Amino acid sequence: MPENRPSPPIAGSSRTIGAVTTDNPVFACRDVNVHYGDKHAIKHVDIDVGRSEVLAMIGPSGCGKSTFLRCLNRMNDTIESARVTGSIMLDGQDIHDRKQDVVQLRARVGMVFQKPNPFPKSIYENVAYGPRIHGLAADRGELDEIVNTSLRRAGLWEEVKDRLNHPGTSLSGGQQQRLCIARTIAVNPDVILMDEPCSALDPIATARIEDLIDELRESYAICIVTHSMQQAARVSQRTAYFHLGDLIEVGETKKIFTNPQAKLTEDYITGRFG
Amino acid sequence: MNSTSSRRPQTAAETQDRVRAGLARRYRAERRFRAYGIAAITFGVAFVIFLFGTVFSQGVSALRQAYLQIDVFYDPEIIDPAGNRDPDDLMVADYQSLVRASLRERFPTVEGRPALRELYSIASSAASVGLQRRVTADPDLIGQRERLWVLADDTVDMFLKGKVSRSAPQEERRLSDAQIGQIDVLESQKALKLRFNTAFFSNGDSRDPEQAGVRGAVVGSFLTLLITLLLSFPIGVGAAVYLEEFAPRNRMTDLIEVNINNLAAVPSIVFGLLGLAMFISFFGLPRSAPLVGGLVLTLITLPTIIIASRAALKAVPPSIREAALGIGASRWQTVVHHVLPLAMPGVLTGAIIGMARALGESAPLLMIGMVAFIVEVPTGVLDPSTVLPVQVFLWSDLPERGFVERTSGAIIVLLLFLIVMNAAAVVLRSKFEKRW
Repeated sequence: MPENRPSPPIAGSSRTIGAVTTDNPVFACRDVNVHYGDKHAIKHVDIDVGRSEVLAMIGPSGCGKSTFLRCLNRMNDTIESARVTGSIMLDGQDIHDRKQDVVQLRARVGMVFQKPNPFPKSIYENVAYGPRIHGLAADRGELDEIVNTSLRRAGLWEEVKDRLNHPGTSLSGGQQQRLCIARTIAVNPDVILMDEPCSALDPIATARIEDLIDELRESYAICIVTHSMQQAARVSQRTAYFHLGDLIEVGETKKIFTNPQAKLTEDYITGRFG
Repeated sequence: MNSTSSRRPQTAAETQDRVRAGLARRYRAERRFRAYGIAAITFGVAFVIFLFGTVFSQGVSALRQAYLQIDVFYDPEIIDPAGNRDPDDLMVADYQSLVRASLRERFPTVEGRPALRELYSIASSAASVGLQRRVTADPDLIGQRERLWVLADDTVDMFLKGKVSRSAPQEERRLSDAQIGQIDVLESQKALKLRFNTAFFSNGDSRDPEQAGVRGAVVGSFLTLLITLLLSFPIGVGAAVYLEEFAPRNRMTDLIEVNINNLAAVPSIVFGLLGLAMFISFFGLPRSAPLVGGLVLTLITLPTIIIASRAALKAVPPSIREAALGIGASRWQTVVHHVLPLAMPGVLTGAIIGMARALGESAPLLMIGMVAFIVEVPTGVLDPSTVLPVQVFLWSDLPERGFVERTSGAIIVLLLFLIVMNAAAVVLRSKFEKRW
């Protein structure tokens, strides 16, 4: 367990209403800005992500919540025109620091995408790929062990144990998404980022993923972007509301949904727009 | 459009009427389009059938060739007068006389030089080569008798294939009445007949149609294409991967992209001139060599392979890249483990299209001297050689009747090459094809 690290101070005054900081945060983001060419997509965002918590990010389409999520594992690096400024500290280490290797960062901060995107390989290979490229298993037995545990933790083992050699793409949508989660936890990350993981799934598959998120929270910090306020209310401990690139309000989920402080948050939650 | 029909319909019934009025026109347009499509396809298929029909009908006779059976006596007096079995002497001995002697034996009544010359010309001048080969391989044959099939002359071949008219006056055909009589006798004795034309597949080029074969051109084409494939595939795929996956998008890469697209449209003869100036004049590589041909064809196929590979890489869904990057694969691992395997079918198709184009290319190879008359079958990439399309070009220019069918025969071989390559492409595609 890492030592208790206090949340870094916020320069000037936060533009955000509510409890931006947490004790001993995994991620501490200060004054994060993202530009896509001329477009200012994320404006001066300060936020902490706590350990063993699910942070939900909600907001209308195009508000920048996915963009912000992709800052946390530097997936925005792959977009030519994107420029990220500000400091994002992962356990006290700036992820934009020269010393921080991006490959290592992404091994520590896993990501699950909106559309299930298993590799067109076998179920086994999908899960084994990460441990294999990072050299996490010394031999086949250890690799089998990792695959087994990851699939169990993703709640997929019972369904696929007899057909590990079948292609990952042959599974149903919900199973594919759980396979992607298994693939992510196989590298044993500290944080899991989820970008609308249930938007392509039916309600039953969604419920399974939500249960899974709740179980995984014990071991990982989870940031989830969602369009469904019910989902945010169900799975998260803290909720952040984004609006047009601004982080309007952060707080305990219960508080945000029952007693929002900002007018914009209230309008969104009550369904006046969005 | 008149004023009543341009008025906007007000009621639902009016709207329905308007829709119904337009329906016939809409369906007519569709039917017209289908008719155009069917006409275009029919046209194309008809041309292909016509092309294949003419080529095959002319070329298929090249697969058979008149062979003459002779009883040859390996007379020691003629081939080894010194009696020492010296290989050098055996090499240069007068085997022609053996062939002639056996023909004289068969027609003992023919006398006088002109008549004998006509008789001798039934056998190909190449017939003696076979004897020479047998004797040098096995000197013990000397002094023995043997019954052998040897090549007949190309005029005899044409006659047997019905391309010389029996009824034409003697002055207008290349065979005299006496020769036709001898041919009839030989045929009735089953000593002259059409057999499978092995010479066509085992010989290099020749000035004698009956001796001319495609082996030299086939081997030359194979070596040239091998060089082309070995160079253009890795370079082309590498360039495509770099441009698509690693290069920054800026003015420089835009310029490169425009230039690659332009290169794909440059007439191939220009590349031939470039190859002549660069590889032969500047680097001093040998003329007519498959190595130089392969280098020139590499220049020609590279743009095709790069463009096709880039399109294939672009078609790989970004979600696969994100998935790999998201669990910490490096960019190189992402490309090698995931993107490239998924793009492989498209990349291979591009490569095969490029190679097929290279196989059919003749103009640039004329520039670098692969048009020379070369009898020897090349044994390496530095030997002078020619390629199939150039061989077709060379033979199509020759006056002898025998070369007409050989030209078509060479085209058939070229088409077979192409079909095999395309079949390989289909097999490779289905092998690499994966769904995601």
